[in-house]
Amino acid sequence: MRYLRTFARFWWDFIVGDDWRLAVGVLATVGVVVVLADHGTNPWWLLPPAILGLLAISLSVVARSPDDGR
Amino acid sequence: MSSTALFVAVFLACAVEAVEALTIVLAAGTARDWRSALTGVGAGVVLLAATVAVLGPAVSSLPLRDLRLFVGGLLLVFGLQWLRKAILRASGYKTLHDEDAIFREEQQAARAAAPDSAGVDWYTFTVSFKGVLLEGLEVAFIVVTFGGAQHNVGLAALGAAAAAVVVLLAGVLVHRPLSRVPENTMKFAVGAMLTTFGMFWAGEGAGVRWPLGDAAIIVLLALTLGATGAMVLWLRRRRERSPLELEPASA
Repeated sequence: MRYLRTFARFWWDFIVGDDWRLAVGVLATVGVVVVLADHGTNPWWLLPPAILGLLAISLSVVARSPDDGR
Repeated sequence: MSSTALFVAVFLACAVEAVEALTIVLAAGTARDWRSALTGVGAGVVLLAATVAVLGPAVSSLPLRDLRLFVGGLLLVFGLQWLRKAILRASGYKTLHDEDAIFREEQQAARAAAPDSAGVDWYTFTVSFKGVLLEGLEVAFIVVTFGGAQHNVGLAALGAAAAAVVVLLAGVLVHRPLSRVPENTMKFAVGAMLTTFGMFWAGEGAGVRWPLGDAAIIVLLALTLGATGAMVLWLRRRRERSPLELEPASA
């Protein structure tokens, strides 16, 4: 059990890293793009500002409270 | 363009990780036993190569659209993590990697560990093996995902191997940690590339038709570099106004 937890923790740290909210935001953004594209629009304009915006928000959390999200 | 970017991204990523692995192996080898350290390196490299050899073709065999959606999403999560760390280091919110300090710490730990019996020194073997495996896993991940989405795992593996050889030769020549390599700048560049290709492929996989086609990659890269450069400046100014304790460097 402990081995499994360590194994899962390693992969979590490896892929998701210090701020899980970034990963959730990315998945949500990509999900919205998939839905919009399936409904006939071409949402190419959505990904760049959304992704870079998520990064800016994650960094601003650290800037406001350096112990959070690192 | 895509092939060049693939090679450059994997080369830079592997060079950064190889510099970090070299520090660990040099410390273990100089403090204890070179034969065991190099055996550990060999075992780590073989395991990483086997991982790429098994996963590379498996990932490449997925339908291209599904593959790009999956890989694009993964690269975005992974690339943003690299970029975030590089920005925090560049702006002073996180300490930079100090290869000389890490080398001294690893050497002290190696000397303090109990001596092993004749034959393979298992402490040295394990430290070297773990160093190569853990630092190399990120490279293997990039080779498999990046190379898989381009259907060119071979070129990605070549980029990684070239970087490993260059760093190894530099290490043999100077015989000390490569502390003057601009690690954070290289990590910044890799993070920007991973994020750019993540956006492009996740979009394509989701059904987006990019204006300018493949040339949109250049626009996305310029946008990413411009925006993240602005984030570094903003954080630096903010930090100058309110100095704080730095958290120690992590991988």
